[in-house]
Amino acid sequence: MSTENRKLINIATAGSVDDGKSTLIGRLLYDTRSLTTDKLEAIERNSKQKGYDYLDFSLATDGLVAEREQGITIDVAHIYFNTDKTNYIIADTPGHVEYTRNMVTGASTSQVAIILIDARKGVIEQTYRHFFINNLLRVGHVIVAINKMDLVEFDQQVFEDIKKDFEALIEKSDYSSDQVTFIPVSALHGDNIASGSETMSWYQGPSLLEYLEDLEIDELDDHGTARFSVQYVIRPKTDTHHDFRGFAGKLYGGSLSVGDDVTVLPSFTQSKIKSIEFFDQQFDEAVAGSSVTITLEDEVNVSRGDMLVKSNELPKSEKQLSATICQVNSKPLRVGAKYILQHGVNQVLAKVDSIDGLVHTDFTGEEAADQLKLNDIGKVNFRLSKPIHFDPYKDSKSNGSFILIDEASFDTTSVGFIQ
Amino acid sequence: MKNIFVPNPKEAESIQIIREVAAQFERPVLLFSGGKDSITLVRLAQKAFYPARIPFPLLHVDTGHNFPETIEFRDQLVEELGLELIVAKVQDSIDQGKVQEEKGRYSSRNSLQTTTLLDAIETHKFDACIGGARRDEEKARAKERVFSVRDDFGQWDEKNQRPELFDMLNGKIHQGQNVRAFPISNWTELDVWEYIKTENIAIPSIYFAHKREIFERDGMIWTASEHVYREENEEVKEKMVRFRTVGDMTCTAAVLSEAETLEEVVEEIRASTISERGARIDDKRSEAAMENRKKVGYF
Repeated sequence: MSTENRKLINIATAGSVDDGKSTLIGRLLYDTRSLTTDKLEAIERNSKQKGYDYLDFSLATDGLVAEREQGITIDVAHIYFNTDKTNYIIADTPGHVEYTRNMVTGASTSQVAIILIDARKGVIEQTYRHFFINNLLRVGHVIVAINKMDLVEFDQQVFEDIKKDFEALIEKSDYSSDQVTFIPVSALHGDNIASGSETMSWYQGPSLLEYLEDLEIDELDDHGTARFSVQYVIRPKTDTHHDFRGFAGKLYGGSLSVGDDVTVLPSFTQSKIKSIEFFDQQFDEAVAGSSVTITLEDEVNVSRGDMLVKSNELPKSEKQLSATICQVNSKPLRVGAKYILQHGVNQVLAKVDSIDGLVHTDFTGEEAADQLKLNDIGKVNFRLSKPIHFDPYKDSKSNGSFILIDEASFDTTSVGFIQ
Repeated sequence: MKNIFVPNPKEAESIQIIREVAAQFERPVLLFSGGKDSITLVRLAQKAFYPARIPFPLLHVDTGHNFPETIEFRDQLVEELGLELIVAKVQDSIDQGKVQEEKGRYSSRNSLQTTTLLDAIETHKFDACIGGARRDEEKARAKERVFSVRDDFGQWDEKNQRPELFDMLNGKIHQGQNVRAFPISNWTELDVWEYIKTENIAIPSIYFAHKREIFERDGMIWTASEHVYREENEEVKEKMVRFRTVGDMTCTAAVLSEAETLEEVVEEIRASTISERGARIDDKRSEAAMENRKKVGYF
């Protein structure tokens, strides 16, 4: 299989501290022979130095001195491995409540979430929170890995009880039951990680890796309508390409073909696609995820931040916005505050009109709030300096999300999911 | 039959990032070492702006202890593609008394590069430096953002990084700050090699097996050169070797290899049980060698 067609799966792990996230990742790397000898030796050496009688795989993922000092994960680490069929990127996200924002960061680019549960502890508050965030971000597939089965004598009843508790959570969420898969595992011993388990013969389902390998590309895609976000206008002005005017950007959702009637937003000018180009080649059609260059039939005005859409598939265009916000900065979001709102590559000014409420991440509802503090999730209404052209987040992740940038510090303070 | 373009997701992401750098910054530069990762960046940048030329210059921080094959390759590439090349020399930093040459058994100019790089950023007023670092290289690099803000001393504040959500990149910075941008963050070493093979990209000859004068120390293969410190009892031999990573001679070890074609190189990488940076002498200095260097402005 050629590299171009090898599928890519982005995974985010979630779980409480000591649920075994690092061990699980380490085990996946180890069993797929992705952990090189020198890295493994370093893990062995450091584990021994710390006086452990097991391999501490967190040493492979906790890359910062401060993390190794405290024995906790502070920031997202990205771990990579390839099998013959698939490229994998795992975002190893922190388990601590105070690093929820980093969990949101990791989950934002993921198609699959692995939520770890300690078989001895069952569903706990952190499980609620992590599942809630995956639900909010609409991560397509959730794997509930019930770990440390070795410590409960591989007891099927323990697995079934936890599964039942979790199913009650699924009922409260937007997930359908076929989007959530339960796998009993022992990350430490490798049961049901890369291959099946002899000791848990009562479990008939796939191992974690088998499940991932079997996911089809169209199950992983972010479906939706074609949204072409213009990043850069290409005007070579060379002898061979003197009149060339191409719009370079990324196509999100759907597909675009030569000859399609398109509308340029925000100007609402109409034109037709003349060519779709990538490097020195021309194509009839491009599909979602393509970073191509498009030329139009007419000499219309198109700039960075504009969007090309099919003329019969227009998004909403509004100056008022309601969104679920996750606050990722220590400076709270308050009513009346002004921000730079970045939607794709387009930036407008936004003012917080009102905060409808603070959302409880344990599915128990909302409470009134006049501000959102770090790691809070709330419903917020904005007024914008210019309309943006969006879809609800449930219909398009890329065109239904935005970030807020603080005007003074330039920090990214919040992420929003448009309702 | 319709001719449908189906993207390679990693390539598409890298091109999107490179275009963001060009669009969001006044004066970006591509850090070019002559190694496979920066050569891949050049190809991605070509694709990002085609049929226009790459809209930023290349910057090579030259330690003066480079492999001559790399320099030759660099000059040829720049000429072929009509690129602007800026060379910042570590020797100049030494002559100006800003840094001091290391002495002894493990002496290297590798860490001296930081000062030369920071000076070049200041002189040319670069506000974004595109680099070929990959998160799979090293565990401190695994924590790096795609747009990584550095203060006016070039420092990385690893505990206070801007969150990056979806593929929206926030390149807003204050005067004096700069951004290190890493378009191939999410590529693995194998991804890079497979890409070079698929695209048939030219690379310097030292990546292929060749006979070379070497000596062995601490289980590593060092290049025998006037630039590399060698004790009298360290015997020089001729061996078939190649390089997996190209820094300068003082910090890059060779590996024994018979791989003479790209196909053979890819096969060798696929089968290898040693990580790429296992051959980087600069990382062996301590557990946090890379993190410590990055904090003070290393690329």
